[in-house]
Amino acid sequence: MRAVCWMGVHDVEVRDVPDPVIMNDRDAIVKVTSTAICGSDLHLYDGYIPTMEKGDILGHEFMGEVVEVGAGVSNLRVGDRVVVPFPIACGSCNACRSGLTSVCENSNPNAGIPEKLWGHPSCGIFGYSHMAGGYAGGQAEYARVPFADVGPMKVPDELPDDQVLFLTDVFPTGYMGAELCDIAPGDVIAVWGAGPVGQFAAASAFLLGAERVILIDRFEERLRIARENTAVETLHYEEVDVLDELKTLTGGRGPDACIDAVGMEAHHPSAPVEAYDKAKQLSRQETGRPHALREAILACRSGGTVSVMGVYGGVVDKFPMGAVMNRSLTIRSGQCHVHRYLEPLLQHIRAGDIDPSFIITHHLPLEDAAHGYDIFRQKQDDCLKVVLRP
Amino acid sequence: MGDERRDTDDGRDRTALTRSLGWFSLALGTAQVLAPHRVARLIGVEPTPRTETLMRAVGTQELLLGAGVLRRPPRGWLWSRVAGDISHLAMLAAAIGSDDGQRERTAKATAAVAAIGVVDLVASLRAGGDAGRAVRSVSSLTVNRAPDEVYRRWRRLEDLPGFSSHVTSVEVRDRRRSHWVATAPGGTTVEWDAEIVADVPGRRIAWRSLPGADVANEGTIRFAPAPGDRGTEVTLELRYDVPGGGAGRAIARMLGEHPEQAAEDDLRRFKQMVETGQVVRSDGSPDGTRSRRQMSQQPALPRA
Repeated sequence: MRAVCWMGVHDVEVRDVPDPVIMNDRDAIVKVTSTAICGSDLHLYDGYIPTMEKGDILGHEFMGEVVEVGAGVSNLRVGDRVVVPFPIACGSCNACRSGLTSVCENSNPNAGIPEKLWGHPSCGIFGYSHMAGGYAGGQAEYARVPFADVGPMKVPDELPDDQVLFLTDVFPTGYMGAELCDIAPGDVIAVWGAGPVGQFAAASAFLLGAERVILIDRFEERLRIARENTAVETLHYEEVDVLDELKTLTGGRGPDACIDAVGMEAHHPSAPVEAYDKAKQLSRQETGRPHALREAILACRSGGTVSVMGVYGGVVDKFPMGAVMNRSLTIRSGQCHVHRYLEPLLQHIRAGDIDPSFIITHHLPLEDAAHGYDIFRQKQDDCLKVVLRP
Repeated sequence: MGDERRDTDDGRDRTALTRSLGWFSLALGTAQVLAPHRVARLIGVEPTPRTETLMRAVGTQELLLGAGVLRRPPRGWLWSRVAGDISHLAMLAAAIGSDDGQRERTAKATAAVAAIGVVDLVASLRAGGDAGRAVRSVSSLTVNRAPDEVYRRWRRLEDLPGFSSHVTSVEVRDRRRSHWVATAPGGTTVEWDAEIVADVPGRRIAWRSLPGADVANEGTIRFAPAPGDRGTEVTLELRYDVPGGGAGRAIARMLGEHPEQAAEDDLRRFKQMVETGQVVRSDGSPDGTRSRRQMSQQPALPRA
């Protein structure tokens, strides 16, 4: 089959590789009909996530048709059309039983590696480095899906791929970001990053009852797409001082909750600050440039919540812990526990509350994946989301 | 147990050797710092201002190492002594060529340092005893099943190779005795007979190898109910002699063997088997238990 392989930093290739096979009884093989490039794939592309091997198949946002099931899978049949959550989860450990599927205790065969880095391991993830299990990803014609009796959800035929594909990651991730804010009536929510996760976080904040949502980015086109989709207010961080502006917009209080939908490769309008963190990141003295997170913490109203959905890999520098402590802030975070959001978010889509396809700017054949990675990384051609069709 | 007493006597000998090395360092260091010229002449080196500085530096190093070695436990300090000996031998080797009149003295000093180096090496390897020669590892995991069930799964010893990275077969002879085959560093195979010395259903199993084992070992696994109805807390304690002592352990590490990590991963795969039915495989770690070095992964793509 053809598959998108990571060949090194800024180097992906569509290659001929063997078809996947059933390796565990609870596996299924899915013929991929749509797969997307995720912002977090860019962290792999840029070389900021360790334990990648040359040849690894990328991709953790994919859906398709079941073509084979293992002996232990009884809830799926050949021909079922499914979306596949990006975290691989066993469904039977304590974490899974508590709904925390992205910290599944059994799905990562290489759990010893993240355990060294993070104290305890986290789940396996499709196509997301060997410390996330070394699983082949879904940017391919076929994908092996472990614990297929737990992860994949059947989707109704009347909903096209573009409307349900993002249930695999970015929609639930944005939604969880908003949910972690415990939004109460009257709350003002600020979201850093108008990429796909930020777009869904902003839209979800409204779904969850926010009074106002303020979205911050530097790409006018992304902010425009957001304004078109919901009643969101936007700030261009290269044109205004975000902290000042947020105070002005909230009567000096600051947003009730702040969502970091940027993560480890943030940018900063001040060249010296940008250079400082870039140097520390390149010399591996910190693994992330936490500009958005620092700002979210400083902006948040006292007693408020900072929800971190942007991906971080290891350690960050100059973390404003004093603000967190002295101003009674709560930090909440996590890789999205996608499984628990599949059904409720599908209901929102069916009810017409949201059409997730609004973020798609590019449809490309799988063969053009390298071009897709390139324009998404460079933000060329107003690229916000690339969907690949094998 | 009898083994423990033997270890303690052995340990006392080891400590005595280490302590005499420590005091020797302190004495030599003091002499080198206070009377660098006399020490230089003694080892056949011309006392120049340069050798004086060097001698004092080496003396300071000796004082530091002596103090370090006298710490309890000496930990890495003994190995620092070995490193020091090597550097001193290098300095003496450089000095030998400089003046043939004093060659004999320098040669004698070199021989003395080499002899001390051997003693240091022996002491280092032996001091490794507790933390080096015998490997002891403790790993804990919570398994989301009742203690009785988790106990029963482990008690089926013949199933162990299904999740252990090193044990290749367990043949159960009777209720107490079994025969084990395992892989060892360098692709070799080791075998032993083991007996169960404690067996409390739902609580604890303890075993040890019988005399004649290729690798003497013992282990205990405990099962306790986890608070909050979260299943069973499993604690696995293993102790075994690494073939070749401290050096064997170092070589094993170079070959990518990390006994503590291996035990932890075995326990994790046991949990996978009990909770999910099978050991979980991925394209990067396709061999399940046979993937011994998880850092040397295969690319995450299907195999032909």
